[in-house]
Amino acid sequence: MMSIFYVAQLELLIARRNMWVATSVILMALFSVVLTLAGGAPTGSLGVDPLMVAVTSITTLSVYLIPLIGLLLSFDAIAGEAERGTLALSLTYPLSRGEILIGKFLAHFAVLSFAVAVGLLLTAGLTIARYGAGDLSFMPLAKLFVTSLALGAAFLGVGYIVSAKVRQTGVASGIVILIWLICVVLYDLGLLGALVADGGGTFTKSIFPWLLVANPADAFRLINMSAETVSDLASGISAAGGVSGLVGQLTSLLLWPVFALFAAWLAFRKIEP
Amino acid sequence: MTTLQINNVGKRYGPLETVCGVNLTVAPGERIALLGHNGAGKTTLMRMILGLTPVSSGSIRVLGSAPGSRSARGSIGFLPESVAFHGALSGREQLRHFARLKSASMNAVDDLLDRVGLTDAADRKIRTYSKGMRQRIGLAQALLGKPKLALLDEPTSGLDPILRHEFYDIVQELADGGAAVLLSSHALTELETRTDRIAIMSKGKLVANDALVNLREQASLPIRVNVTTMQKDVDRVAAQLGGARMNGCSFSLTCRQDDKIATLGKVTALGEVIKDIDVNPASLEELYRHYSGTNQGGE
Repeated sequence: MMSIFYVAQLELLIARRNMWVATSVILMALFSVVLTLAGGAPTGSLGVDPLMVAVTSITTLSVYLIPLIGLLLSFDAIAGEAERGTLALSLTYPLSRGEILIGKFLAHFAVLSFAVAVGLLLTAGLTIARYGAGDLSFMPLAKLFVTSLALGAAFLGVGYIVSAKVRQTGVASGIVILIWLICVVLYDLGLLGALVADGGGTFTKSIFPWLLVANPADAFRLINMSAETVSDLASGISAAGGVSGLVGQLTSLLLWPVFALFAAWLAFRKIEP
Repeated sequence: MTTLQINNVGKRYGPLETVCGVNLTVAPGERIALLGHNGAGKTTLMRMILGLTPVSSGSIRVLGSAPGSRSARGSIGFLPESVAFHGALSGREQLRHFARLKSASMNAVDDLLDRVGLTDAADRKIRTYSKGMRQRIGLAQALLGKPKLALLDEPTSGLDPILRHEFYDIVQELADGGAAVLLSSHALTELETRTDRIAIMSKGKLVANDALVNLREQASLPIRVNVTTMQKDVDRVAAQLGGARMNGCSFSLTCRQDDKIATLGKVTALGEVIKDIDVNPASLEELYRHYSGTNQGGE
């Protein structure tokens, strides 16, 4: 069991050396600050919770950024070791492949959590500095934090699957970018196209909501965009969110990391270095 | 208990049989050299001992455990053929990580760094290391946690002559401490005095497995006697003894083992004409070619 922590410790060191920690933190911090400042501008004194506005704009961005960071942290994990030739030696040490995988996951998850935490703390800090802490509700921020981690964990797992399946970093990086593009852009476009074609039939009412929530990125979006803030922008999406419900969204977000890590472990077990 | 027990092991990749019916046992304190061309099956055999790839037939036992089991892996030290590490780590960091996995002490890391002569470079990133330095880190990690069985695949590649010498001293220490050592090498000359037994693989089969003296006897390859005379005498003496000229003042004779003393007697009987005699039994290279059934010499 201790081996997991030894692996995590080493991977954290490598992530720090490779500037992954710095890159992720700077990226999240920069976008959180910009969106908090820009998002606050138009609300003025309309009575909308300014933190809620910031959370909504950060959610929109996190849907793109967090899967990207997750995939970039993970695509090299197994393929990189296989390519460098360090995998065979690691596998002769007395620890299981599951322990190696979980150790790497813990390290990458820690990097991601740290980056998200820094970004959201900056958002909270800036909002408090501007409007005072009095009327702010911090629940949405906490919800955003927790669901961001689940979203990140899901895509870390997906990255490990790719990494274990292709075993070449070049190919793995191409595939994860494609997966990212599909999950955060093409999937929604496809659903939108189907909606238009269906014109409000059974697909729209009973299949579409579940297809939407099956994508962890969309489940994340649905959870964090409360009905009142998005009603003007995307009434269709929030209506669809109503069908699957919070339970459906949470299930999707929590099952994805577990499923992806399990699949990655199965793929990793098949490797003969 | 034998440290390593290999019973009739075979490995098949589809129609290709890379290892076939290999029997080999290694006892504690024994040093065995595994020889063979590239593709003879040495590395595959090692990978099966490590449990990195399953055996297709037969069985392997490492200290009584199945290969790849936690207890087997815990008692093996392995140096892969072209050892690699993450370049962003320093030698010390990498070794400390391996030491933790093997439950070895952190003091052992410093001692081993010292033993392989890397103390000064220990805190530099591995990406700045030369091939020889990476090889030494590889050797150090194989020695962590006092392995009961050391599997060393081409351990001396990239090492200069002095380090090679050092390396065999380390192997000697390991064996003296009761570890079994199985090493593969292409540098045949250095193995002659440094191993207890030679195992030769050819096309997946174990074609020889014995002490060097016994292998010499079985092969009964001719002994070469180099004789040096004065320049003016060389042609006459060579003709008289039936030797072949080598250079301006020496020629060589070949004879069988049981004929050696008689031949030497004939040479020394010529008295002062002879300046020097050099007796060379069949070299490991020649034995290796003999047993692997080819005169190509391999790599």
